[in-house]
Amino acid sequence: MNAKTADKIATAVFYAIAGSVILILAFLLGYILISGFPKLTWQFLTTPAKAFTAGGGIGIQLFNSFYLLLLAMLISFPIALGAGIYLNEYAKQNWLTTIIRTAIEILSSLPSVVVGLFGFLLFVVHMKMGFSILSGALALTFFNLPLLTRSIEGSLAAIPNLQREAGLALGLSRWETVTHVILPAAVPSILTGVILSAGRVFGEAAALIYTSGQSAPALNFGDWNPFNISSPLNPMRPAETLAVHIWKINSEGIMPDASAVSAGSSAVLVLAVLLFNFLARWLGRRLYHRLTSATN
Amino acid sequence: MSEKINASADAPLRNIYHFDEATHEIALSTHNLHVFYGDNEALTEGDLQFERYKITALIGASGSGKSTFLRSLNRMNDGIARVEGEIRYRDLDINSNQIDVYEMRRHIGMVFQRPNPFAKSIYDNITFALKQRGVRNKQRLDEIVETSLRQAAMWDQVKDELHQSALALSGGQQQRLCIARAIAMEPDILLLDEPASALDPVATSQIEDTLLQLKEKYTIIIVTHNMQQAARISDYTAFFHLGKVLEYDEARKIFTRPKVAITNDYISGNFG
Ligand SMILES: Nc1ncnc2c1ncn2[C@@H]1O[C@H](COP(=O)(O)OP(=O)(O)O)[C@@H](O)[C@H]1O
Ligand SMILES: [Mg+2]
Repeated sequence: MNAKTADKIATAVFYAIAGSVILILAFLLGYILISGFPKLTWQFLTTPAKAFTAGGGIGIQLFNSFYLLLLAMLISFPIALGAGIYLNEYAKQNWLTTIIRTAIEILSSLPSVVVGLFGFLLFVVHMKMGFSILSGALALTFFNLPLLTRSIEGSLAAIPNLQREAGLALGLSRWETVTHVILPAAVPSILTGVILSAGRVFGEAAALIYTSGQSAPALNFGDWNPFNISSPLNPMRPAETLAVHIWKINSEGIMPDASAVSAGSSAVLVLAVLLFNFLARWLGRRLYHRLTSATN
Repeated sequence: MSEKINASADAPLRNIYHFDEATHEIALSTHNLHVFYGDNEALTEGDLQFERYKITALIGASGSGKSTFLRSLNRMNDGIARVEGEIRYRDLDINSNQIDVYEMRRHIGMVFQRPNPFAKSIYDNITFALKQRGVRNKQRLDEIVETSLRQAAMWDQVKDELHQSALALSGGQQQRLCIARAIAMEPDILLLDEPASALDPVATSQIEDTLLQLKEKYTIIIVTHNMQQAARISDYTAFFHLGKVLEYDEARKIFTRPKVAITNDYISGNFG
């Protein structure tokens, strides 16, 4: 066999592999979206779930998912940003930073169900937070922090050293250079990382089953005082999210339309995650364009 | 250059010009400067004086220590290399650790080999560091933007697009913006490390013209690997070889009758 035919065969094999990956993905997405499509009504998206009768919605679960996501991001983003800045801009190569980096590496490969059980023992049981949004948000923070830190560190590392030297040579301090030169230049890529990780957090179930719980008590959407028990904002209430809802229906759902609700919920979940991904790309490109374009 | 001085056995190995400080004002001088990257001593001898309002060129083969020397002059090597010796500026040793490095760098500015404008507008590129230093008056800032862009010979080209992104400028314009940004801080001394090496010939000659204008107000020290450029613009030239300054003299002497054999070899293009 000469080099040319070998090359042709190899190319064909790689095309076939890539093609089958795309096919599997398309099949999966198509199947989920098509089977869930009939359920996608405004009523389904906004009404509470029903445990024993047909016609339940996912309104509360959807709200819970977004609220948990927001809280988890509010907690994890500042920490990840600080850690990312420290690791990329200030840390020297020594045993301490090697330990930190290794720890982040290990944490980021931890199975989310382990994070969930850890959260259950620490927050729910030991710190007596119970099955609550707060326990869930903290577990999600543990789940999210390593990857977000690495993504922010990577965004900062992608800014060329020339930019740092430019700031220092003008008599700016290290901190001024980081906050006013490096961070703004890294915003598009940091934002992309945040939104992508938001997609991961949004679809997470295992870390939440034993932390934010599997029940979605009725909420009073007229009451926004976070200290009231039926307020949607109350962080101490249990809160089943969309992803947990799907898991729950499929393992023990007894409503007559369980499979339809599950299919509809899955479609919503997949659509939301896709939306996060497209939003990340679009916003990242747009911001980058804005920073570099001639028309301000 | 046709003279064959390097054949004579008594040609000196080093020839360093020393200024008569009664008639020449020295803006900056180095004494006993040694620079180490780890255990590697990249600069072993660099005792030079730089005259005020003159252009001094640093030439030499790649790796001979020009950038290492230049970057030590405004402490850009802090945290990268260990710099020993004295750098005298206005009766101060700016290599001492009592020096406020950030303040010092406002007197000794630097322009790098690759243009490095911030991802900000042209206007913000120039005013940003000034604002951090407390210059807030809009009218004053506008004035500084205009004068520094004029001095960098690009005001007419960009005066209508000051609020557009600097990253949209051409390479030559970006480099001149970097020069404008440096002189907006009103430094005494401007250090430039091969500022034109990434640019085309037209942009290069524009930068050279700009520098010749600037020397009326600034002391300029420029690294260049371009011999014609050094000959065209510099008043004094230092020849670096293997981490040592082997020859330092008036530019016209270096380029016509160098005293050190290796200098002659280098400028005749025999190595480098
Ligand atoms: N950041 C650095 N770390 C270690 N060695 C360096 C560094 N920068 C330069 N050197 C070494 O110092 C010597 C001089 O380099 P440099 O000053 O960049 O030369 P030039 O600017 O004349 O080309 C070279 O041997 C180079 O490998
Ligand atoms: Mg160099």
